[in-house]
Amino acid sequence: MAKPEEFNFAKNDKFNTAMIPGRTARFFRTCKIWQLIRFIAINLKMLVVVSKSH
Amino acid sequence: MARVVVLGAGVAGHTAATFAREWLGKEHEVVVVTPNARWNWIPSNIWVGVGEMTKEDVTFELDPVYKKAGITYKQARAVSINPEGSSSHDKSFVTIEYTGQGKVGQSEEVTFDYLINATGPKLNFGATPGLGEGSQIGENTVSVCTADHAEHAAHELKKCIEKMKKGERQKFLIGTGHGMCTCQGAAFEYIFNIEHELNKAGVRSMADIKWISNESFLGDFGMGGLHMKVGGYVVSSRIFTESLFAERGVDYILGAHPYKVEKGKVEYELLDGSKGEETFDFAMLIPPFAGQGLKAYNKAGEDITETMFAPNGFMKVDADYTAKPYNEWKASDWPRTYQSPKYKNIFAAGIAFAPPHIISKPMKSPNGTVINPTPPRTGMPSGIIGKTVAHSVCDLVKKGPNAHLHEASMAEMGAACVASAGKGWLDGQAAAMTVYPVVPDFDKYPGTGRDTDYTFGEIGLAGHWIKHILHYLFIYKAKLNPGWTMIPE
Repeated sequence: MAKPEEFNFAKNDKFNTAMIPGRTARFFRTCKIWQLIRFIAINLKMLVVVSKSH
Repeated sequence: MARVVVLGAGVAGHTAATFAREWLGKEHEVVVVTPNARWNWIPSNIWVGVGEMTKEDVTFELDPVYKKAGITYKQARAVSINPEGSSSHDKSFVTIEYTGQGKVGQSEEVTFDYLINATGPKLNFGATPGLGEGSQIGENTVSVCTADHAEHAAHELKKCIEKMKKGERQKFLIGTGHGMCTCQGAAFEYIFNIEHELNKAGVRSMADIKWISNESFLGDFGMGGLHMKVGGYVVSSRIFTESLFAERGVDYILGAHPYKVEKGKVEYELLDGSKGEETFDFAMLIPPFAGQGLKAYNKAGEDITETMFAPNGFMKVDADYTAKPYNEWKASDWPRTYQSPKYKNIFAAGIAFAPPHIISKPMKSPNGTVINPTPPRTGMPSGIIGKTVAHSVCDLVKKGPNAHLHEASMAEMGAACVASAGKGWLDGQAAAMTVYPVVPDFDKYPGTGRDTDYTFGEIGLAGHWIKHILHYLFIYKAKLNPGWTMIPE
């Protein structure tokens, strides 16, 4: 039985060759604890780019 | 006493004016000329456009802020520049026409020692028949380019949602309204915010959502795309963007030049020369940008607009404008000081400067129609350029005409960009990206043109938190609240 996240592959030829995130990847995108860690990491990365650009 | 005049109060103009005021002594005057009464944090307009914010949330009155700062504020639009003065006096001046302050329609000559042209873009709706007239949007589509446009868009979206709740299927078409548009990012954010809102309203299954863009591939964003390190691979932004479109079930038309818009229908030409049409119930198509159409005159009153400005209306600065093929483009073509090559007391910042060429690979259909994104010069690069130009002007005022000019080439600066894909503190998402440098330098970074140690992107709730916090942070900064100079552009 197809997983819900895989339905879109069949909707269109363009979607069929794309990378679609599975359940785990989607879970981590809105997982509050993991995203708090990513929030800190992304901010640090952005600060580095901002400091290199001023 | 020196007078520094800044034309425009967007990201570049407001940044330049406020830093010039901060760095120059009170014996010098800083004047801002802008036709708008309110400052607008444009990146949040997409949230106004889906009804998640109001116009008041993303704008504020400029007058009290400039009064507090000691900046002379003229609510007016710039009409022309006389860099050499006129037959009656030698002082450089700009002619303005008031749009407010009880003087609507009145003209005035404002003399200057230094001029920063940060007029931003003219929203050139008139370039596509049916999209609008001149800089005015028409009735067939909506826009999120201004807070007023976005409020109207939200109203129209609400009507579509009501129809879907009653069982009427709706078709949404979002993207660019001309083959030479920039700002694909705003349309990208808007389409995914609409998709997010439709999900929240429980009507996603009643909607067909389609993207139409002048990009030759998804993820170009007017920068020729970008490559980033993910999971041990270096991959193109195309992979990630295609993934998001497939995941959300959003179909797309690429390499498109819409040449006619009617009520409920757009006709377009594709890069392969074929033509097509797409129907819609709701369309948000970004217009192409042009310069504001400032004229320039020499001392004798002769028109020198072509000397100072490129044909698209943007101001020529210290870039290399020599026409050359794509494979000969260099990072060094891009301007460093943004000083007018002929008039050393005039600078341009933000969208107002003429780029030497586009960043994406140039494309044409077999019919000769140019279909490629024009370079983005908004957001962080705009702010950095505004601040850099203000720094140069302040040094020229304080140290004299031989002062060292500060530099901020887009081929040497990075940019942080957060593209919303849905608003919500717990269920929102955004793509957080950095790119370094904005303009690829293939001599320095062979292969990708960029430093993949500093070019990255990921989507998630953290990105939304960052975008939402930046909304408050940059409005706080623009209001010149305590510590504003500590907040980076």
